[in-house]
Amino acid sequence: MQLMEKIRTIAKRYDIKRKWFRFSRSPLSVVGLVVVAVVIFLALAAPFITPYPRQAGLQTNLRDKFLPPSSKNLFGTDQLGRDVFTRTIFGFQYSLMMAGVVLLLVVPPGVVLGLIAGYYRGGWVDMAIMRISDVFIAVPPLVLALSIASVLTPSAFNAMMAVSLMWWPWYTRLTYNATSSVRNEYFVQASEVMGENSFRIMFAEILPNCLGSILTKITLDVGWVILLGSALSFVGLGAQPPTPDLGTMVAGGSIFLPGQWWISMFPAVAIIVVILGFNLLGDGIRDIFVEETR
Amino acid sequence: MRMSTFILRRTFYIVFSLFGLSILVFVLARVLPGDPARLAAGNNAPAWAVEQLRKQLGLDKPLYIQYFVWLNDVFHGNLGYSTTTRVDISSLVIKYLPASIELIVLAALFQIAGAFILGIIAGRYSYKAPDNLIRLVSYIGISIPAFVLAIILQLVFSYYFKIFPTTGELSTGIAGPHTVTGFVTIDSLIAGKFNVFGNALWHMVLPAAALCTGAMCQDARIIRSGMVENKDKDYISMAKSQGLPDRTVTLKYLLKPSMIPAVTVMGLDIAALMANAFLVEDIFNWPGFANLGLNFMINKDLNGIVALVLIIGIMYAIANIIVDVIVAYLDPRIRLMERGQ
Repeated sequence: MQLMEKIRTIAKRYDIKRKWFRFSRSPLSVVGLVVVAVVIFLALAAPFITPYPRQAGLQTNLRDKFLPPSSKNLFGTDQLGRDVFTRTIFGFQYSLMMAGVVLLLVVPPGVVLGLIAGYYRGGWVDMAIMRISDVFIAVPPLVLALSIASVLTPSAFNAMMAVSLMWWPWYTRLTYNATSSVRNEYFVQASEVMGENSFRIMFAEILPNCLGSILTKITLDVGWVILLGSALSFVGLGAQPPTPDLGTMVAGGSIFLPGQWWISMFPAVAIIVVILGFNLLGDGIRDIFVEETR
Repeated sequence: MRMSTFILRRTFYIVFSLFGLSILVFVLARVLPGDPARLAAGNNAPAWAVEQLRKQLGLDKPLYIQYFVWLNDVFHGNLGYSTTTRVDISSLVIKYLPASIELIVLAALFQIAGAFILGIIAGRYSYKAPDNLIRLVSYIGISIPAFVLAIILQLVFSYYFKIFPTTGELSTGIAGPHTVTGFVTIDSLIAGKFNVFGNALWHMVLPAAALCTGAMCQDARIIRSGMVENKDKDYISMAKSQGLPDRTVTLKYLLKPSMIPAVTVMGLDIAALMANAFLVEDIFNWPGFANLGLNFMINKDLNGIVALVLIIGIMYAIANIIVDVIVAYLDPRIRLMERGQ
């Protein structure tokens, strides 16, 4: 009972009902939400709903290689006779994990650095943090991620590290801009005058005002991280076989084009669907926050 | 006009960032696990050969000395030798860069033209059928990774319909022009070989299309939303009420302020073009810089990787300075602010 009460107050404070109403008016946002929900469900349920879960790992079935799509193998089989449908569904698992790990590693430090730089705007701390973040932005993200991943041993873990290392500055910049814009508002000045410590001002007064844009960016970034991760895998610097990674599957299957198109095309479509879903959802979330600030 | 100070300040920041970038990559390449001398010598080389090579490549010296030696060489136009193949990297860059630049320039042209055409149509007919169709297509366009699109285009247009060539820069049997600038298109025009020029362009269409689509869709949406935002402004109603033709209102009065945010984003999109080139050149077997870079990466060629990041950083910086100048020119607010200061 108490819990329900609590949820209700939180919902009221953040105006969840009105936001949801606005969100649900846009068909594209709802499509995005549904796609994301389905992908997450498929990824979690992969071991139970796929016909040949063991073929996501080391098991091969050379007798049935290069079978075209049929009722037995919905997406056909690959060069080792593995069911492409099974591996594609398991591929969602890896993609989502990649995005989750990278964002978990990147968002907290990025946001904190942006807060600090924005709060001490104009000082040497601001200068140091922002100039260092400039360095990471001076070259296209994929190029830097590729370079870092290439000097490491290729593996899924190192690909995540490489992507994380060049992703944090974007959160620093976002939070920095958001912080600078509320830095001189009256409520911040009031807290300062009341002798509130700066740590509390940053996290309790300023941060809540930045959450909308950070949340939007996180949702949109899931798609971009997956895209970047699949690009790394595509050139062989990400997850190594037999991990069922969508980028690796596209790369491995592209050798068999155009004859056995199903080996690469189904994973390719799966990548597009995941990214599209998160983009639509992210735009929907942005719309509800943007309208508010207007 | 304080334009010059503005550009100077931007250039200073960018040069500073490039220095930082060179330190970052240089240090990463040497600190991360893996012995560069061992990599250069190969797995089967005896220990004394590895040590000899370490001395020869200067890898036995402290890290900061290695960096200053390298930096000194860079200022003399020498990017060092490939740690794996011992080839002079500068000569490789000169050989492979033109093909990439040709591709990226064509892709940028596609991107700009396509973004304006789609954006203007969507903005002009906002909330009507053409707008909805363009919005749907651009959502998908943004969500397709360039390497996936490259494979799909290759499958459809060169394997099934056989309209475009599958891979490479020129068809077999067509001799490349005599090298003057290194750019196949320019060289063939200089030599007056128009069939070679046409053939080269023909090979560039699919890779350029794969490169530019994502950025193009993004820009089209920004142009569209800018136009929709400005549509209700008083100056547009005024222009309309004065009886100006629809075309003039859209193209002259509505488009100009709406394209400023798009041009700013286009600067960032150049990054996408250069980065995607890595995968797209690989798929189309394009003899370009990105393909060379990918080889460096796969062979763990440390000097090569550092040189690669630096050159791409410089190209990106130049592109962004150009975009800044264009934006400052387009936006009278920036121009006047500079003047007023």
